[in-house]
Amino acid sequence: MAIKSVIYPEFEVVRYDRCTRCGRCIKECANGVHFFSQDKKMVLSDDTKCVDCLRCIAFCPEHAIKIVKSGCTFRDNANWRPGIVSGIIKEANTGGVLLSSMGNPEPYPVYWDKILINASQVTNPSIDPLREPMETRVFLGKKPDKIERDEDGNLVDNLPPQMELSLPVMFSAMSYGSISYNAHSALAQAAEELGIFYNTGEGGLHEDFYKYGKNTIVQVASGRFGVWRGYLEGGAAIEIKMGQGAKPGIGGHLPGAKIVGDVSRTRMIPEGTDAVSPAPHHDIYSIEDLRQLVISLKEATGYKKPVIVKVASVHNISAIASGIARSGADIIAIDGFRGGTGAAPTAIRDNVGIPVELALASVDQRLRDEGIRNNVSLVVGGSIRNASDVVKAIALGADAVYIATAALIALGCHLCRNCQSGKCCWGIATQRPDLVERLNPEEGKERLVNLLSAWKGEIKEMMGGMGINSIEALRGNRLMLRGIGLTQKELDILGITHAGE
Amino acid sequence: MIVDAQGKDYKEVDRIIRESKENIEVINPSGQRFIGAALQKRRVNVYGIAGNALGCYMDGGLIEVFGDAQDAVGDTMNDGRIIVHGSVGDALGYAMRGGALFVERNAGYRAGIHMKAYGEKSPVVVIGGRTGSFLGEYQAGGTIIVLGLERGDMPISGYFTGAGMYGGKIILRNPGEVLLRPECEMHKAEKEEIESVKESIGEWCSIFNRDENMVFDAEFYVVEPRKGAAPRQSYVPN
Repeated sequence: MAIKSVIYPEFEVVRYDRCTRCGRCIKECANGVHFFSQDKKMVLSDDTKCVDCLRCIAFCPEHAIKIVKSGCTFRDNANWRPGIVSGIIKEANTGGVLLSSMGNPEPYPVYWDKILINASQVTNPSIDPLREPMETRVFLGKKPDKIERDEDGNLVDNLPPQMELSLPVMFSAMSYGSISYNAHSALAQAAEELGIFYNTGEGGLHEDFYKYGKNTIVQVASGRFGVWRGYLEGGAAIEIKMGQGAKPGIGGHLPGAKIVGDVSRTRMIPEGTDAVSPAPHHDIYSIEDLRQLVISLKEATGYKKPVIVKVASVHNISAIASGIARSGADIIAIDGFRGGTGAAPTAIRDNVGIPVELALASVDQRLRDEGIRNNVSLVVGGSIRNASDVVKAIALGADAVYIATAALIALGCHLCRNCQSGKCCWGIATQRPDLVERLNPEEGKERLVNLLSAWKGEIKEMMGGMGINSIEALRGNRLMLRGIGLTQKELDILGITHAGE
Repeated sequence: MIVDAQGKDYKEVDRIIRESKENIEVINPSGQRFIGAALQKRRVNVYGIAGNALGCYMDGGLIEVFGDAQDAVGDTMNDGRIIVHGSVGDALGYAMRGGALFVERNAGYRAGIHMKAYGEKSPVVVIGGRTGSFLGEYQAGGTIIVLGLERGDMPISGYFTGAGMYGGKIILRNPGEVLLRPECEMHKAEKEEIESVKESIGEWCSIFNRDENMVFDAEFYVVEPRKGAAPRQSYVPN
């Protein structure tokens, strides 16, 4: 008798009588959940295939479908939780490593939610951002140590290259391949309209998107896919990817089946061949080696573009950042352990790395202590969810933030965490033409612009409330923050005091 | 024009090369880095030892070094030619996608790491002597040729040859025992396979003034990835 382990479907599709059998749900579902039963003359569902992406719900004209969490599961156990048990069953069934996507969903502390923002009362009056000037513009890049003058006393322009952002938010790296052409198009157009930047990820830059170059960050990762002179010159800044918050310390592997057509051309590798991104850069074993890569990119582009070094937030992040700040890099991007991914081993996504809030606070402090904070700008990502997270990040010491998951939600993502399947019903994490065309890039752009315009408004309101009229005056201004329900150790690391103090 | 690197830092030397429109002769390079970064046309001759990242992101033109070169020669090179009259350090031709590298003597660790081929582009590396460990690591395309000349008792390559290799080929001349990784296999070169590298080896011989007949009077072996054997994690959706 075979061993028969049960993993009951996580979701159940409930269909109400008002279903008119129009078949829209069948058409919309890329996972093949809904089907028409000729026998019963009705639409039925295979719950085992449902990923709870909510596409059918959004498009059912009769609102006749509901997805509910299944109540049929393992017996309650606070130790052997359902995800742990079903993980064991899946591994025992297949011998495969558990693979997940999007950010760490486990209930680790979210420090943003334990930090409160100040407002002015009576003294230092608050400012009305609708009627008074309020500056959200930031410049990212190395700042000179001192003002230089020539023999005649005129100012010498010794400013290294900078990135100008209309608000301190950028779209972080997502490669063409992990997300669709239309998703990239929406991000690129939105970055241009907003006066910010999007990031190619390590999949190269599609020929159609070179025109957005002044709003593009081009990424150089260990696989060097799509990297060539024209690509480096094509962007406004170059990012060296050392690590990613969702999967620190490991590489990537895009299977040959996904390297087709445009994706192959953009990565500059033949169709059908695997794209392996090694875990390390094989020429980087030290800060000196990192410096070599940083400078080689600057040499290749005539010192006209800032170089960003992106690392995952890990235990020794402040020492690592101190090294990067001395490597010639202009900007350090720190990606927290809740950052998203198109695919990562579950064990790594859920257990490796540290919260970006703690990483940011300790890096900012370390760089200040060492007197090298102005050598670099700091950008943090890895689950910045809303404008208040942005304000808290800036006050903790960031110059700007990276967002990706939030941007994808604006594009229709409902966080079903099934990107690795390549069957994204919303046309984002897929290359299937019939699915990609579901995402209208113009509409996507509008929604991204809406989202960040709203955030800009909120950032200004919060700054105004604090009596601050320039984002520069908010940066590293930890007096504007208080902790709630945190231990003394956590408060010390964050460099803030407890609410009421 | 002649650029005397004596007393100049790499930034100055490389700026002069970058901004000039002429062919360049660098003297007293003394290990200066990044010479010929992103070079497109032109010819750059280097008299002495070229430092790390020589010809990185190169996209055409010719660099000829009369001396040794250090690590990461031709890093992410897209096109053009680099000739080194001597030995080179580690990570030769890292991720190069096109063009050709000719090394007279030996190469260090990880020669030809993650070389790729794409469309019309298929990079070629010819090394006259021997290489260190991890030859052709992660190789995804292109051709690495190691002639193994004048190596005495030394093996033609070190440990872990072809580690993680998943495309392209490595041609070894009179290799003797090779410490191959299991994801690769080695076979005696067929006539067509020798034919396919004749031009590159001939070019190496003429550049470095060696007797072509002597070089070809040998046994050639081909290392290629074993189909389906590339190390690969197996996954189950969670």
